Amino acid sequence: MGTLNQLVIGASIGAVLLLASLGLTFTFGQMGVINMAHGEFIMAGAYTAYVLQPLVGEQAVLVALPVAFAVGGVLGLILERLFIRRFYGRPLDTLLLTWGISLILQQVARDVFGAPNVQVTAPGWLTGGIDVGVRIPYNRVFILVLAVGCVAAISLYLSKLRQGRRMRAVMQNRQLAAVSGVATGRVDQATFFIGSGLAGVAGVALTLIGPVGPTLGSGYIVDAFLVVVAGGLGQLRGAVIAAFALGVLNSFVEFWTANGASFAKVVVFAVIIAFLQFRPQGMFVLRSRALT
Amino acid sequence: MAATKWTKTLSILFLSTTLAVAGCADDPAASGSSSGDTIKVGILHSLSGTMAISEVTVRDSELLAIEEVNAAGGVLGKKLEPVVEDGASDWPTFAEKAQKLINEDKVATTFGGWTSASRKAMLPVFERNKALLWYPVQYEGLESSPYIFYTGATTNQQIVPALDYLKQQGKKSVFLVGSDYVFPRTANKIIKAYAAANGMTVAGEEYTPLGTTEYSTIVNKLGQAKPDVVFNTLNGDSNVAFFKQLRSAGLTDKTMPTVSVSVAEEEVGGIGPANIAGHLVAWNYYQTTEGATNTEFVKKYKAKYGAAKVTSDPMEAGYNAVKLWAAAATKAGSTDVEAVKKAAGGISLDLPEGKVTIDGETQHVYKTARIGLIQPDGQIKEVWNSGAPVKPDPYLKGYPWAAGLAS
Repeated sequence: MGTLNQLVIGASIGAVLLLASLGLTFTFGQMGVINMAHGEFIMAGAYTAYVLQPLVGEQAVLVALPVAFAVGGVLGLILERLFIRRFYGRPLDTLLLTWGISLILQQVARDVFGAPNVQVTAPGWLTGGIDVGVRIPYNRVFILVLAVGCVAAISLYLSKLRQGRRMRAVMQNRQLAAVSGVATGRVDQATFFIGSGLAGVAGVALTLIGPVGPTLGSGYIVDAFLVVVAGGLGQLRGAVIAAFALGVLNSFVEFWTANGASFAKVVVFAVIIAFLQFRPQGMFVLRSRALT
Repeated sequence: MAATKWTKTLSILFLSTTLAVAGCADDPAASGSSSGDTIKVGILHSLSGTMAISEVTVRDSELLAIEEVNAAGGVLGKKLEPVVEDGASDWPTFAEKAQKLINEDKVATTFGGWTSASRKAMLPVFERNKALLWYPVQYEGLESSPYIFYTGATTNQQIVPALDYLKQQGKKSVFLVGSDYVFPRTANKIIKAYAAANGMTVAGEEYTPLGTTEYSTIVNKLGQAKPDVVFNTLNGDSNVAFFKQLRSAGLTDKTMPTVSVSVAEEEVGGIGPANIAGHLVAWNYYQTTEGATNTEFVKKYKAKYGAAKVTSDPMEAGYNAVKLWAAAATKAGSTDVEAVKKAAGGISLDLPEGKVTIDGETQHVYKTARIGLIQPDGQIKEVWNSGAPVKPDPYLKGYPWAAGLAS
């Protein structure tokens, strides 16, 4: 009974982790940019739902999904054009730069929306849950479906669309892609737009289960990086497996130990560190013939 | 042509900058200048970082109180001049800024802090400099610094009365959920001692790191343990996630009632009243507390900061701190720290929560304990109070079951 319950809970934690880290598999995983402001794009998505609420009414969360994608994407594009492209190949500088930007964005949110949390009302049809021996809240089902939908959309984009294939080409071998006529700068912009847009989508979903405030994003950023690193840089299936594995591990450790929440965090970190000792590049490794 | 355009742009830029600077100078809090006829007082709260969510509103109510004191003629014929500093939710920064307020600004007293960690960081600074701090938030007790006045509740004015109320309601088993730091851990130690002495059982005890937003597992544990009541000492953002996830798991105020000690009107707004209505809280003040002084306070606060704003217990305690210090300095005839300390004992004022008296011995205040029920409109309705202000007892010396906790 408890076990089944925790499996379901683990899957829903995994779905949240996956959604928060999907964008990073693009910007960090594929471009190698350590974007600490990713969490603030998540926050921007959540506030998008809040802003739309008085205009749209109860279904604001649904309408906000595409809008937040655009909001997050545009923010990411601005960040890339103004700052990050001047820092390619300098990962440590990017880290400091984007961390500073994340602090600035948090303070902007605080000045615009106020320091206290705001409230985003979930649509009525998302407040209940189904009882199948285990109770599964509808909002968790929604997040799971959304995460799976995003993964499907991304993998289609990367494999079927010309733009997606160009993106992979640039990530695998930038020079070769450039001499083959791919406009690498353009591709970088598109990558950053999509990655940041996905953060916006995650932000909307997170309003269903958590607080909506200026520091919303900082709570997810470390976990999101963990998922990407454990899964292997730029590896979509790695991120999916890592997110669910970490979610389930977390939920079981927390359930089977007294005062488990802190302990579960320790165990998850320890397991990842141990794992990276054996597979420093994560679950899946991108094989390419690039010399870099 | 191009040159003209540039000149125009530049002059507009220059003009707007000048205006902006002029605008700032009108704001008393932003001006750093001081003349001989003002008394500087420090305000030190987190205006950025994770705690800003709570502390910004306390700063606001303290500024309101300073404004009122000034409108009534100031202290000893001088106007108060607030020097506002940002503790940035970072404990060493609190210590550093406290030092700055004392040494550079030479403030007469400081109002500040929220988390116990920030207070513990500032305590040695104020003791070393023999300067005065007024701390406005309910806390875990077991402390009584000669250089701090505590205007929030200590445990026997909030947690113990809440337990008395639960016992009176026939609750036999309690599940403890809290953030993993000094206040919840100490509070739960007290609750466990109380439970052992009063025939209650502790069905479980769970802590989560500050800022945790994933509560499914704890909610599952609650569902399996089926306690009569949950005693919630979570702090900050975590409360939003906890109550949202409790509700979506189908546990309501009827099947899984909770009593919270860090959820006030401000937090209820962020959680969403629909997610928390029907649950209990324990404080000393609510926006709905009856009395002309409170009606006036709420009216003034809304007039200054906006009609949509709410007032809450820590804000009121911050407001009280300013009023109490002003009364003590007036009585002492001086802003000298030792003179103010000596004069403070026994000072009694009619404040929004009712009559508040400073206990000279512990430097805490007498406060009325109140249990409230959260309403669907986000306000809190009082369902029980202690009748009279309760004498502060930070070390719980008056409670036999608490013997040994203080060590």
